[in-house]
Amino acid sequence: MNAFFAMNGYGFYVWCAYGVAALTLAIELFALRSRRRAVLEEARLTRPDDAPGPAGAAE
Amino acid sequence: MSLNWFKYASPATFYPLAGKMIPWFYGAAALLAVFGLYVGLIVAPTDFQQGDAYRIIFIHVPAAWMSMFLYVVMACWSALALGFNTRLSAMMAQAIAPTGAVMTFVALWTGAFWGRPTWGTYWAWDARMTSELILLFLYLGIIALRNAIDDPRRADRACGVLALTGVVNIPIIYFSVHWWNTLHQGSSVSMTKAPAMAAIMLTGMLIMSFAAWFYAIAASLARVRTIMLERERGAAWVGELTEVRNA
Repeated sequence: MNAFFAMNGYGFYVWCAYGVAALTLAIELFALRSRRRAVLEEARLTRPDDAPGPAGAAE
Repeated sequence: MSLNWFKYASPATFYPLAGKMIPWFYGAAALLAVFGLYVGLIVAPTDFQQGDAYRIIFIHVPAAWMSMFLYVVMACWSALALGFNTRLSAMMAQAIAPTGAVMTFVALWTGAFWGRPTWGTYWAWDARMTSELILLFLYLGIIALRNAIDDPRRADRACGVLALTGVVNIPIIYFSVHWWNTLHQGSSVSMTKAPAMAAIMLTGMLIMSFAAWFYAIAASLARVRTIMLERERGAAWVGELTEVRNA
């Protein structure tokens, strides 16, 4: 296992490349999720009053 | 039976369709990435010249391909938006830019960490690397330009013109290794000759490329759905969505 992470001496370069690539994608996915949550929240607040409400829930 | 192709050109109908497709694209991307990483990091043997540093190409090459490909797709949507004034095309162009920037950054970053052990430097003002850096600036410029213009339809046109102008950079990146004899090597995989690499390495790279494709499609579709909500939040179809009604 240690040999795998050592990458025959190239571990630093290989894992810096893979790690930052994974981190970049994780940041993108996180940003996508927060942006979606924010706009959904805003859409709920600005929803027209005549739109049908949640089924069975008192408004 | 006549099929109405323009049905899905409307945000109200495309939004639920995209929502159904996204999990499949994310799922395919995840499966392919696991398989591709297994092939690239475990099955493929150590390169006899580059040692294990070469394993960086399993993310570098797919990211670099996607960075150029996504730009062309974004420019095509921009051209459609400019030519036909279609809302969804402009939103698609807007949605692709951040994922394109991510792919370009990953290509540059992984290239640097491949270049250091292989060429002896993280960075050089080589033709391929410089034109790829310009690609990153183009993506960031398009995103910044959009954020600087309040009216979305004006932003669509300005960003569309900038995106189309920037297309000139794509053939420069692609052919840079032929046109200028600087540091970056020629391609190991091209459309005109047999790949200059072992079959198992090529397999890993292609699997990772498909994973990058599916990821980019999923992320762009997820973003375009958010953009639709941002731009049309006053519209009736948004108010009727389950996720908006059930707070």
